[in-house]
Amino acid sequence: MSASPTLAPAAGVISLTGITKAFPGVIANDDISLDIVNGQVHCLLGENGAGKSTLISILAGMQFPDSGSISIDGVPVTIGSPKAAMRFGIGVVHQHSTLVPSLTVLENLMLGEGGLTLKEKRAASRLEELSGLLGASIDPNILASDLALGQQQQVEIAKAMWTGSRLLILDEPTSMLTPSAIESLAESMSRLKAEGLGIVFITHKLREAYAMGDCVTVLRGGRKVGELSPERMSSLTEDQAQAEILRAMFGEDLAAAGGLESAAELAGATEAAPETSRVDVTSRPVRLELAGVSSVGKSMDVSVTDISFAIHEGEIFGIAGIDGHGQAGLAEVLSGQRAIASGTVSLQGIDITRLGVRSRQEKGVRYVTDDRLHEGTVGNLSVAINLLLKRIGTAPFWRFGQINKPAVNDEAKRLIAQYTIHTPSPNTRVGTLSGGNIQKVLLARELGRGARVVVVNKPTYGLDLKSVRLVHDLLREFVADGGCVVLISTELDELIELSDRIGVISRGRIVGTVENDGGADVAERVGHYMIGGSAHDID
Amino acid sequence: MTDLLTPTFITAFIIACLSGAVPLMLASIGETVGEQSGVLNLGIEGVMLMGAYFGYVVALGTHSTWLGMLGGLVAGAATSLVLLVLNVWLGLNQIVLGIAITAAGGGITTVLYDQIYAKTSPRIPTDNWKIPGLSDIPVVGGSVFSQPAMFWVSLLITVIVAWFLVKTNWGLSIRAAGQKPSSLDAAGGSVMRTRSQAVLLGGILSGLGGAYLSVLATSSFTPFMTNGLGYIAIVVTMLSRGKILRVVIVSLLYGLTIAVGTVLQLTSLDVPTDLITMLPYIVVMIVLLIFGRDVNNSPVLGAPYTRGAR
Repeated sequence: MSASPTLAPAAGVISLTGITKAFPGVIANDDISLDIVNGQVHCLLGENGAGKSTLISILAGMQFPDSGSISIDGVPVTIGSPKAAMRFGIGVVHQHSTLVPSLTVLENLMLGEGGLTLKEKRAASRLEELSGLLGASIDPNILASDLALGQQQQVEIAKAMWTGSRLLILDEPTSMLTPSAIESLAESMSRLKAEGLGIVFITHKLREAYAMGDCVTVLRGGRKVGELSPERMSSLTEDQAQAEILRAMFGEDLAAAGGLESAAELAGATEAAPETSRVDVTSRPVRLELAGVSSVGKSMDVSVTDISFAIHEGEIFGIAGIDGHGQAGLAEVLSGQRAIASGTVSLQGIDITRLGVRSRQEKGVRYVTDDRLHEGTVGNLSVAINLLLKRIGTAPFWRFGQINKPAVNDEAKRLIAQYTIHTPSPNTRVGTLSGGNIQKVLLARELGRGARVVVVNKPTYGLDLKSVRLVHDLLREFVADGGCVVLISTELDELIELSDRIGVISRGRIVGTVENDGGADVAERVGHYMIGGSAHDID
Repeated sequence: MTDLLTPTFITAFIIACLSGAVPLMLASIGETVGEQSGVLNLGIEGVMLMGAYFGYVVALGTHSTWLGMLGGLVAGAATSLVLLVLNVWLGLNQIVLGIAITAAGGGITTVLYDQIYAKTSPRIPTDNWKIPGLSDIPVVGGSVFSQPAMFWVSLLITVIVAWFLVKTNWGLSIRAAGQKPSSLDAAGGSVMRTRSQAVLLGGILSGLGGAYLSVLATSSFTPFMTNGLGYIAIVVTMLSRGKILRVVIVSLLYGLTIAVGTVLQLTSLDVPTDLITMLPYIVVMIVLLIFGRDVNNSPVLGAPYTRGAR
């Protein structure tokens, strides 16, 4: 694991030396050095918060390092703006889409060009050229908002390479893709690599790093903690390479994460499989039933049409789908936050369609939103108040309209201990906690007090691996005690690991339901529904 | 009633219609450019008043309506600099700034007018361009083809702005700055520069609109003469969703109601004056109710952009 930069920087190498970047209260990058070589896929691995994004921002000219230097082909350079990065041939595909939804594909690609008039013909032929290179076919005149997710990404790549690039940076490109889209991404990457492009591929999934990468650099807590050179990569078997990377990724935390095996599973080293041996839940009584539910809503994310399913006691029902296809609408319909236009929702046979948020909560229907910071918590209020947010005004915490501080604090302390929330005190403002702890606050609030059905929307999005594990454990415990969970997620691995059945939502409809029977083809079947296949094509 | 429909009357009707429409059209196009880039200029009423007053002053002093229009243009640009510096560069609240600009524009012009011109209230001689040949046609000749030359320049400006928004890189940058500024930034464009240019152009066009109102449409200045026209421009902009053709149509509709109001006052019909002055606003509200239900304007309208902030 030598960290020394190459002695004589050769042509075709972008070298980062001693890059350090500090933000108030955190050192995001601490003395990171690495070489990116043309014609190689360089994997950057690390947990959320390990400093990957900061490093990329520096390369892309969005951030400026406090110290350290970057040289291209041995010449020291300063990348002062995104424009400068483009001039050096550094193209970035950001984790969050940078396409403007209301513009066409071609307009998106031309954005930022110089000159007075739009050169549409020239742009169209450039797109054709790049499409050939990527092995994609994209209609240049459709709106970016109408593209499928995989296509969107191809356009992003084309955009990154628009002015001719030598280095392509892909920031977690697979996190939202279906298995088949990931395959075609890998294909595109190997074509580009063959063209002599350097590629930096950022991921937190080991499996992908091994499959697609030529060499690996591992970051943890802002530091470079390990690397595998291309020679070493090819000399190791997959298992050996993974073990080495995992030790670097988790270090002394490996034991805390539950040993090498569970760490491997967390880091997506293996194909996901259902955790526990499957229990047949269908024989149990139905807890929650939806019949032909349609919602009121304008945008696709909040409207659902004709949704019907039934969830049994002790079951985790997964909802898979491309982000923004009605997941928020479904969650809000269940929680009572969104009006139902037609259909019925019933809880243990009792019609609750017309009940509002509060009455549903009293009956045990709870919702853990994906928007933790805004919808889920009030950042400026204390942890204690946030834990009791849905019980404001009720005894014994409030008496005659007055807050009963000791009672609130006692209850908060109890929950903090029970859910191991790391906070300096119950009076700390919740907004200052880490994402994982904020999520625990939400779960502590929603899972207790006679919860029967919990709807969780993207419960582990943006959390570090230890928190992911904790959240998964909490959900499992909850169903083991007879609760039932509607798990909405865009992480296919998570759905397969936890769910008993997986419903696939597309354009506001449940287009198929897959029994998570532990078969190897579950992911494939879910992916098939996601991209718009019907039940017919599978058989 | 039928005796009203004489050629003279129709000519007057068309003139009233056009001179009502053009100031609104110029201001709405200016507001459209700003809003497309993500900057909501609520101070447009104040910008128009500044343009109207200084256009009037310059036209009086130089005896040239052209220099008067230029004066309005400069005053509009200068007033919008406040929004540019304080909002686009420093990120202050657009709503507060807009209200401040409106209040200041009304106050400053009223004070100056009352001090200097209130006693005499001088008028600007009309300066219409009778297009040779065409102006001899009955009815339209005396109205459409005897407009101030600035009328035709305004139409030209309209076409040019429409072309710029759709067909140039600059127009694309403006639309991107309003829809998703971070994308423009990532694409190597400058959100700050694009929005600054848009705000400045918006100020110029609103100032021109104000000057057109005082110098050409009414040949005089009266305090608060815009009388809510700036707010109507904001509504027209919201309705038009970046489509310049719609701006033109709604502006003409507004001009039409102004002209109808004048007609109603002339007729022997007993219509209360209050109702007549309400007419343009009622029409705009009806249009808003019908077409404004699914407005799809800049989602980041009114939000200053900071790189890297989420």
